[in-house]
Amino acid sequence: MKYKSQKVAYWFFALSMLLFGLQIVYGFIMGFAHAGFDNLHEVIPFNTARAVHTNLLVVWLLSGFMGAAYYIIPEEAQRELVNVKLAYVQLISLALVGVVAIVGYHFNYWEGRKFLEIPRPLDYLVVINVLLFLGLILVTLFKGKRRTTTALVLSMGLLFAALLYLPGMLPFDSQVKDSFFRWWVVHLWVEGVWELIMGGILSFLLIKLTGVDREVIEKWLYVIVGLTFLSGVLGTGHHYYYIGVNKIWLIVGGIFSALEPLAFLAMALFAVNMYRKGEKKHPNKLALYWTLGASIVSFVGAGLLGFAHTLPQTNLYTHGTLVTAMHGHLAFWGAYAMIVLAIISYSLPNMTGRKLYESTLGRMAFWMSNIGIIGMTVAFGVAGVVQVYLERKLKMDFMVVQKEIEVHFMVLLVCATLFTTGIILYMIDFYKHGRPNDEALESVSDD
Amino acid sequence: MLSKQQARNFFLGGTLVTFLAFIGLTIFSFSKTQDQTNDENITEAVVRGKDLWEANNCMGCHTILGEGAYYAPELTKVIERRGPAYINAVLRQPVSWAPHGRKMVAYGFSEEETKDLIAFFEWIGEVDLNGFDTVVSPLAKEDN
Ligand code: HEC
Ligand code: HEM
Ligand code: HEM
Ligand SMILES: [Fe+2]
Repeated sequence: MKYKSQKVAYWFFALSMLLFGLQIVYGFIMGFAHAGFDNLHEVIPFNTARAVHTNLLVVWLLSGFMGAAYYIIPEEAQRELVNVKLAYVQLISLALVGVVAIVGYHFNYWEGRKFLEIPRPLDYLVVINVLLFLGLILVTLFKGKRRTTTALVLSMGLLFAALLYLPGMLPFDSQVKDSFFRWWVVHLWVEGVWELIMGGILSFLLIKLTGVDREVIEKWLYVIVGLTFLSGVLGTGHHYYYIGVNKIWLIVGGIFSALEPLAFLAMALFAVNMYRKGEKKHPNKLALYWTLGASIVSFVGAGLLGFAHTLPQTNLYTHGTLVTAMHGHLAFWGAYAMIVLAIISYSLPNMTGRKLYESTLGRMAFWMSNIGIIGMTVAFGVAGVVQVYLERKLKMDFMVVQKEIEVHFMVLLVCATLFTTGIILYMIDFYKHGRPNDEALESVSDD
Repeated sequence: MLSKQQARNFFLGGTLVTFLAFIGLTIFSFSKTQDQTNDENITEAVVRGKDLWEANNCMGCHTILGEGAYYAPELTKVIERRGPAYINAVLRQPVSWAPHGRKMVAYGFSEEETKDLIAFFEWIGEVDLNGFDTVVSPLAKEDN
């Protein structure tokens, strides 16, 4: 840690960990309901559990991205954050809005639009919160001594993510239009601007961990985010095949979304090659695991499993089935959860001064969570393929098919338990690092 | 070899071109001659039905247009599949609807509200889905 104000990041990461834990609890509630045990139905019906599960996911990832920005931007811009107090205000208000939304979901207070369930009045609070965050980050960046590509890409990702939240707030009378513009948020986030955030964090980590020249790393960063937008923007069409809009999207969406895996492939090749090339062997092995892991698992989860159902001919059958859930889990985990866990693993020792770079605990956390979620992905995948076949080929009734696939959810729950054990170990490791403190400051030098 | 400057131009250029194409296609697909969203048949009852659909987050269990949760039946073609009388029974029930054991929330909607939701389902059932309706199971026409 080179600047005192970087310590703010710790508290964003701590909030992330807390919400992540809660997200998993609601995941289990849904897993049990699918397996035939919807015993909590009266208190927490499935739609409540789902809204809480997915919204907590988004909020803990955003909190992680914000923490990452508060850590990375001062170091890249070579100055303290402009206002630390306001950063804490932003943290607390983020936590409050999140908690109010989550509690509201238990009392039928929401807007039933997948992933964007936060009710309108709270949307405005989110906007204010994010503006405050962006203000702090951008002013720090522009007052700083230097503006690196890494910092620019990261900030651009965060800025666009905020802008793209707005189309999700437009009201429509038509369900079709509602859905159409919902994707401007959901798709253009995960297959667009969030990849800039991921790329920015990845590039920062690779510069620190491998010691490869910044110019080389940042050149490839441009190529990657270039590929992302080139394929991802028109790739939005893969959500427009069967929702009641023009057939032109079958062609446009099919072609461009089929190219989307290239950006993830480039990311994986980039990370692995920089690691091979690197002279410097940074002692923080755990951070390296998570960094390389993120680049590889995101290629599998988003790139390969996304490609598996993105062609219109396949999507006709898989659209809106558990096949989508299979892809959603590994993609979110590989790309965004793992990159947040990577920046936490890298920065925690620097902020707390406890150099717990290598531990059995940390390694176990990595392997158990990854093996667990791969198992979960397979379970969702098998359930999904069976569902598609029975329901959409053999035309069996939806509910009858659901009974047939209950057993795969028992498998899911077993794998989810392994996954959760890994995450608990990660959290213990987090806790063991203790609190951030000023003794952890290093003398300021370049990289 | 590619320079950093060229890499940056690739990023900015590619983004601008695809973004403009995307906006263009969006305008095209909602233009009068191309629109297939059944927009002209949206009545006040349909809008009230959609509001109820949203206010209760039905999408948190069901899919509609293939979007939502994978816990309860896809509803875009539910009118064709079940008919209004069946749906009326589902929505007015004061206890959880669960013929197959998996519970729906017991909404106990009023007669008015139920009519609005059915109007919403009738409207959405008429949207041209580019063939998705042929696979969503099981269609009313048991023989297809
Ligand atoms: C907690 C989850 C849940 C929520 C929320 C929910 N449903 Fe359901 N719904 C179900 C389940 C499960 C079934 C299937 C029951 C069965 O057939 O055994 C069902 C069945 C139906 C059916 C009959 C479909 C068919 O093909 O048999 C209709 C219509 C329906 N729901 C409408 C709605 C509407 C409208 C809302 C929102 C106001 C809603 N549901 C909210 C779980 C839910
Ligand atoms: C990190 C990147 C990605 C994440 C986090 C992600 C996540 C998700 C999620 C959560 C959904 C369900 C959305 C909803 O129904 O509201 C979804 C759907 C989908 N994704 Fe991705 N995805 C990613 C990348 C990709 C890529 C690269 C492709 C294609 C190559 C792809 C193809 C699809 C398709 C076709 C659907 C629609 C499924 C359906 O019709 O039900 N995804 N994705
Ligand atoms: C560990 C235990 C977990 C369990 C048991 C679990 C289970 C589930 C279930 C049952 C669903 C709902 C599917 C449906 O609509 O019927 C779901 C949705 C979802 N979960 Fe999880 N989950 C877990 C962890 C995670 C993690 C770690 C992530 C992210 C990294 C995640 C991301 C998602 C997403 C994105 C969706 C929405 C998928 C879609 O709409 O296609 N879940 N989860
Ligand atoms: Fe997408």
